[in-house]
Amino acid sequence: MDPVLLDIQNLDVSFVKPEKSAHALRGMDLTIESGEIHALVGESGSGKTVTSMGIMGLIPMPPGRINAGRIVFKGTDLTGLSQAKMRKIRGRQIGMVFQEPARYFNPSLKIGEQIVEMLMLHLGLDKKKAIDQALSFLDVAGMVRSRRVLNSYPHELSGGMKQRAMIAMAICCHPALLIADEPTTALDVTLQRQILQLIRDLKKQFDMGILFISHNLGIVREIADRISVIYAGRIVESAPLNAFFDHTRHPYTRALLRSIPSAKKRGQRLQAISGQVPDAENIPPGCSFHPRCRQAETVCRREMPPTISYGNGHQAACHMIDAHE
Amino acid sequence: MIRVIPGDPALTVAGVDASESDIAAIRAKLGTDKPLAAQYGQWLLDVFRFDFGHSLTSGRPVTQLILERFPLTLSLAVLGIILSVLIAIPLGVISAVQRWSFWDYLGMLFSQAGMAIPSFWLGILLLLLLSIKYRVFPLFGSGSFSHLVLPSVSLGIARAAVLLRLTRASMIEELSREYIITARAKGLTERMVNYKHALKNALLPVITIAGIQLGYMLGGAIIIEQVFSLPGLGRLFLFAVYQRDFPLIQGGVVFVAFVFSFINFSVDLLYSLLNPRIRIT
Amino acid sequence: MPMNRYIDIKNLEKIFYGRGLINRQKNAVTAVDRVSFGIEKNHVFGLVGESGCGKTSLVRALLYLDPPTGGEVWVDGTRLGDLSKKEMRSFRKRMQIVFQDPNSALNPKMTIEDSLQEGLVNRGMAAGDRKKRIIRILERVGISPSHRKRYPHEFSGGQKQRIVIARALAMAPDFLVLDEPVSNLDVSIQAQIINLLQDIRAEFDLTYLFISHDLNLVAYLSDQIAVMYRGRIVEIGSTDEIMENPLHPYTLKLFSSIPGIEPHEAADTLAPSLESPGDTGKKKRGSLKGCHYTETCPRKGSVCQSQVPPLTLIEGSHAVACFKIGSLPGANR
Repeated sequence: MDPVLLDIQNLDVSFVKPEKSAHALRGMDLTIESGEIHALVGESGSGKTVTSMGIMGLIPMPPGRINAGRIVFKGTDLTGLSQAKMRKIRGRQIGMVFQEPARYFNPSLKIGEQIVEMLMLHLGLDKKKAIDQALSFLDVAGMVRSRRVLNSYPHELSGGMKQRAMIAMAICCHPALLIADEPTTALDVTLQRQILQLIRDLKKQFDMGILFISHNLGIVREIADRISVIYAGRIVESAPLNAFFDHTRHPYTRALLRSIPSAKKRGQRLQAISGQVPDAENIPPGCSFHPRCRQAETVCRREMPPTISYGNGHQAACHMIDAHE
Repeated sequence: MIRVIPGDPALTVAGVDASESDIAAIRAKLGTDKPLAAQYGQWLLDVFRFDFGHSLTSGRPVTQLILERFPLTLSLAVLGIILSVLIAIPLGVISAVQRWSFWDYLGMLFSQAGMAIPSFWLGILLLLLLSIKYRVFPLFGSGSFSHLVLPSVSLGIARAAVLLRLTRASMIEELSREYIITARAKGLTERMVNYKHALKNALLPVITIAGIQLGYMLGGAIIIEQVFSLPGLGRLFLFAVYQRDFPLIQGGVVFVAFVFSFINFSVDLLYSLLNPRIRIT
Repeated sequence: MPMNRYIDIKNLEKIFYGRGLINRQKNAVTAVDRVSFGIEKNHVFGLVGESGCGKTSLVRALLYLDPPTGGEVWVDGTRLGDLSKKEMRSFRKRMQIVFQDPNSALNPKMTIEDSLQEGLVNRGMAAGDRKKRIIRILERVGISPSHRKRYPHEFSGGQKQRIVIARALAMAPDFLVLDEPVSNLDVSIQAQIINLLQDIRAEFDLTYLFISHDLNLVAYLSDQIAVMYRGRIVEIGSTDEIMENPLHPYTLKLFSSIPGIEPHEAADTLAPSLESPGDTGKKKRGSLKGCHYTETCPRKGSVCQSQVPPLTLIEGSHAVACFKIGSLPGANR
């Protein structure tokens, strides 16, 4: 069997409005295998959310437009599917967990109802069986007194519990792929690790592929098997966990890692990245990182760097890598 | 307020050719010879006993007069609100779900027209068309359901216009919430997303406003009752004002205020029932 | 402990009373429970804690935005409780606050120049002086003064936070409360703002109270650290003392929870893996007898449930509020 579960190839998405248009993804490549946690790291506006919405077929069109590229999931190109066919994949084959469970649950429906409706729709279970399965998945998500959770409204649960319930809902139909969009960002630090542990356990238990979206390299280090960094709608570096931290190649990734404060750096100035995060309406020509890059030369301003493989699954897109290796 | 306006109610009762002593006697009987504060104190005491005094013109107890007329106004208002809800919610939801579609424009047109046309004018128009020209509905009188159709339609349309706008706006807002993305990401059909997830939340503000409108309609059916010559509360109070029948006016104000607060209270109860976030613990 | 510190907070207490007519004590919530600490002039004091631990109440109480129900706040030799309302207003200019979300901190309908000069107008500064001062301060925080007629939405998140900092600086304060000032910013922007905060502290001789849940950041920036849990300080000390020898079980849990880019040994044994309904961390705050951390503490004993552990000096300036530190791994004594 092909181990590649999801293969995004050269995806190019823009949002076209009369007054302005934004180029959200500019030739984005990403693959996820079963049983792998692939972390997608980027700043706000870099295209993380558009990627996940693209996979789910939930980019509003118009104004959204897929200019090029394919999203191949289990051998089928999702970009060509009708909404009716996509609905059979969403929730059933691909589950999704969002950043703020408080806002992503319907406030006026009980948790149980929100899980059960999915089971009845996708798996054709009757109400009683659906409730049983919902209960067992709340257990799987690490919740005690799951029957009480089932009968609770979202606001009656704490933040950590809501996120566990959200995860239970996302995986209750045994999806092959789980998209977790900043699942710990809105949680207190002491809860973050518990949720990360849960996601790791679930990956093993259900052999899911997981796309883990985050802006936090510290969290990603805890959970990812592979890390890709996205900047202005393109992957600038992608590598397995250890190679990523031990042999960081792209100047942007290096600068990011350097800029993170820690106790050890006390007394030193942080090595900040200058300038602003580019917005998708005004992406610099050439390498989009060049205005903020210390190593930028003429070629960086003119030509978009190609993605080059350095072996062991390590790729980066930078003109200057060989120059300073 | 009514009492401070020049004009002596005693004169109204006694008639223009009454003698000085007759008028004084009536004043004493009504209590209007006492200072205003004392009159107010006495009136408050009576209100606590549900005694609003007697009407000056008919001599009958105010409470009795009001209760006699109330059922008609109530059924008018309830019919009106049911009608407006039946028009507004489906149209509003369709407008929101299919924005900028034919139905949306139709709904917007209806709501613009409904708000622009005064309800008495619509009432007269309906009367002319359906009672005089085609004789589908009776011209005036009361007592049967068919007598209530035209007045409640003319009352309901204007209210429906307001509710429709509100439903549409509320539904559009709910559809932009994050939980809608979740619902779509779960693979639910658009029908489930719209009618199960969004609608329930979108209806909350609509219910509140519909309740308040019901209250207004109870007090505000005066003109419509006048147009359709219906013997409801509105006409009773209007008549009372013409006649300076102050016990009746005061009783009416208290009664409307009471009904209004009762409706608001019921709406709040209903709201907390529908909205789990503010359930009373 | 040395007296006459620049900021001295003694037994600060903030109790919110319930709404009941008859027995208001019944629903009382103690948000800040006899908190004491001091900050030396020109130092950075880091306050760490999770949501609902009372950080916000503490800040509001110590700035007298929401006066405390008990205790004293001394700023530069002045006891804030002694000031009249009018004196307080003029004193407050010396204490400015920078919030987490620059979007809600700036009025979207005011140009940034207007936002900045609002406070200066209140001080009665002449128009020409105001303009000069605003231009100088905007330049200092890295915003081009030619953009001063623009509105907040024309700036990015990082730039907005710079403007908020400029607004605080315009009042010529000597004490800044920084409430999660970089949490809402992009990773690549955070370091810029932190560097800016460091620079202006030296330049304008400022003292900081820095509040964050990010221990890496607090450890990088602070001279002293206090860890707060449900309204109480459970551990306090110099940054070195706290980082090298954390003693309170809650501090240990925080340390083990915070992901870092340097690998570390997981201390999962301290973190409970199951949650049950009602475990919101906020309930019954203040109504518990004894140590607030007993519910989840792996070391709890009977004494913990009946008595409040006092902050006990361990060595130097390092103090811990726990009866069981002797039985913790890593404890020196």
